[in-house]
Amino acid sequence: MAELTMSEALNLALREAMDGDDDIITLGEDVGVNGGVFRITDGLLDRFGDKRVLDTPVAETGIAGMAIGLAIYGLKPVCEIQFSGFSYMAFNQIEAHASRMRWRSRGRFHVPIVFRMPFGAGVHALEHHSESKETIYAHIPGLKMVIPSGPRNARALLISAIRDPDPVIFFEHKALYRAFREEVPDEEETLPLGESRTAREGTDLTIVAYGAMLHRALEAAEKLAKEDGAEAEVIDLISLSPLDDSRFTESVRRTGRMVVVHEAHRSFGPAAEIITRLMEKSFYYLEAPVERITGYDIQVPYFAREQDYLPSVERILDGCRRALNT
Amino acid sequence: MPRVKIGLKYQLEYLSILDESGEADTSLDPDLSKEQLLKFHHAMLLSRRFDEYMLKLQRQGRIGTFAPVKGQEAAQIGAVANLEDDDWLVPAFRETAAAIWRGTPLSGMLLYNAGYNEGGRIPDEQNDLPIAIPVGSQIPHAVGIAYGCRYQDTDRVALTFFGDGATSEGPFHEALNLAMLFETPTIFVCQNNHWAISTPRDRQTRSETIAQKAIAYGMPGIQVDGNDVLAVYCAVREAVQRARDGDGPTLVECVTYRMEVHTTADDPTRYRDEEQVEQWAKRDPIERLQKYLKHKEMLTDEDIEKDEKEIEQTVKQAWQDTKEQIDALSDASVIFEYLYAGRPPYLEEQREGFVGGQDNG
Ligand SMILES: Cc1ncc(C[n+]2csc(CCOP(=O)(O)OP(=O)(O)O)c2C)c(N)n1
Ligand SMILES: [Mg+2]
Repeated sequence: MAELTMSEALNLALREAMDGDDDIITLGEDVGVNGGVFRITDGLLDRFGDKRVLDTPVAETGIAGMAIGLAIYGLKPVCEIQFSGFSYMAFNQIEAHASRMRWRSRGRFHVPIVFRMPFGAGVHALEHHSESKETIYAHIPGLKMVIPSGPRNARALLISAIRDPDPVIFFEHKALYRAFREEVPDEEETLPLGESRTAREGTDLTIVAYGAMLHRALEAAEKLAKEDGAEAEVIDLISLSPLDDSRFTESVRRTGRMVVVHEAHRSFGPAAEIITRLMEKSFYYLEAPVERITGYDIQVPYFAREQDYLPSVERILDGCRRALNT
Repeated sequence: MPRVKIGLKYQLEYLSILDESGEADTSLDPDLSKEQLLKFHHAMLLSRRFDEYMLKLQRQGRIGTFAPVKGQEAAQIGAVANLEDDDWLVPAFRETAAAIWRGTPLSGMLLYNAGYNEGGRIPDEQNDLPIAIPVGSQIPHAVGIAYGCRYQDTDRVALTFFGDGATSEGPFHEALNLAMLFETPTIFVCQNNHWAISTPRDRQTRSETIAQKAIAYGMPGIQVDGNDVLAVYCAVREAVQRARDGDGPTLVECVTYRMEVHTTADDPTRYRDEEQVEQWAKRDPIERLQKYLKHKEMLTDEDIEKDEKEIEQTVKQAWQDTKEQIDALSDASVIFEYLYAGRPPYLEEQREGFVGGQDNG
């Protein structure tokens, strides 16, 4: 057992995975000598050499496209896109080829690639470095899209993502990289893609969140318990695609109320899909309109005002109270 | 069937005018006026001191991450000094010196670096684009703008800056190809500062020079000593003239060096030798210009001291102004402005909810 930050846990997962499988290759900008701008690939070059840890030029189309070739050949590339805001340079490769290779080749080829990308606001970063546009990837058939919420599940989820036979977009929230430490067991852990988890049990209402917002949701739940005597169940979604809709719909069948929290923009955001699934599966159990507390439909403002954009604990709490009091 | 050499008509030149001791090659010296040269000197010195001041502010937590310009002042000033006020400038994200030359207020840059989008607004009369952070993405904009300049029968030109790293991105190549095909009056200025974060120039591309990439697109290219403001000035002057005359684009590679961190979030000790930095310090563009100006008896140590004092005041005053601007920006609801020409109803609801402290979903 070791107490690790999420960045250390991700580093551990990469090391473990690469130790166990020579077909895994890591590539991206500054991932070798520099160990990645967030140090997620720290030490990998020394351990595995420059045939398995590729410092690429500044060329996201090339990184993603080359990864597709590597994967078709039978290798297992893990790409680091330095920030999710630069993944659009690689978007054509991801959408037009990675997501469709199995489909278009009628099963002849498939591309087990992990595209790791730091995302999210709250760390006073530059423009284009704070966005939360997971919807774009969750929307594309053929891609999986996952987001861990802490060191332990990040490590397990990355191992599973690397072993997954299909392309996985793996978002890492920058504000979580060094936010806290958590016990990570010595023995390997995996976390199947498409499984959510219950982060807090409760009976009065269900909050669905993921990534950094999970922690604000948990904070709101504690306040709600203390100030209102209401117990919120908090679901950590982890997988946006495939979306695990069994856990939150089951939860709402017990609580009758739901609040969805995300940092992504509101319109056509993940909440829209989550709430629709609820309508389809548990509508008659609802006792109040569902609330969504989200980032606004604006670009993330530059950092002096990024907190104005993000759902605050207060906004989440207000949403919970509206859901509880109708 | 023959197998013969293809005689490419392209040749590449390297241009350097001032040596490290500030001695100019007399056959190449453009003999600029004292006034012009002192203007270069002042702008370069102001850029250097402003950069240092920002680094201090950043370390004190008063402003956020930014990309220091130190070492690249000649490459930027030498290039933009060729532009008329209503020519266009399309920068990347490290062009503090160019922005100063063009008239961007220091307080605006500070306001931006303090985290306010308002600081990124370019003054109305200035034809500069906002900085572009996605590497290489701005380069084609200088093709479109330049096409517009020609289309409307003006003799305006567009100059774009980018780094050595940016030449690995697709948009760089697409832009050069487009510019040549449509003969746009574009000047592509690559600041080859030897690093793209931790990636050294020779791990960015196996091309011996960046200038030679022009050849692939049928475009003239030239490599210059980027720490020599006279060489940069002369090379870009030719490129601008060619563009104004309707003879199309040019690629100018300025060989320079990033003397500071990549950005303030970066730790270069992980990937580069301090020795290399010390070597390049000997080729400092400002010291070199000062030596030249002293040889020519256009500048004395007293003049420099006086200039330094003025600059210190200017920079401090800029931060004072910025702090006042920040105080005046307390209304955060401006985050809902400038998304569209008008505000759609759903967004107005979100804004009202924000102002009223309530979520209006
Ligand atoms: C499309 C894109 N990919 C990655 C980054 C992260 N990044 C910022 S600057 C940089 C290196 C750029 O090097 P260069 O073009 O030489 O410019 P310099 O920083 O040396 O001025 C990288 C990789 C980015 N901003 N945009
Ligand atoms: Mg560079």
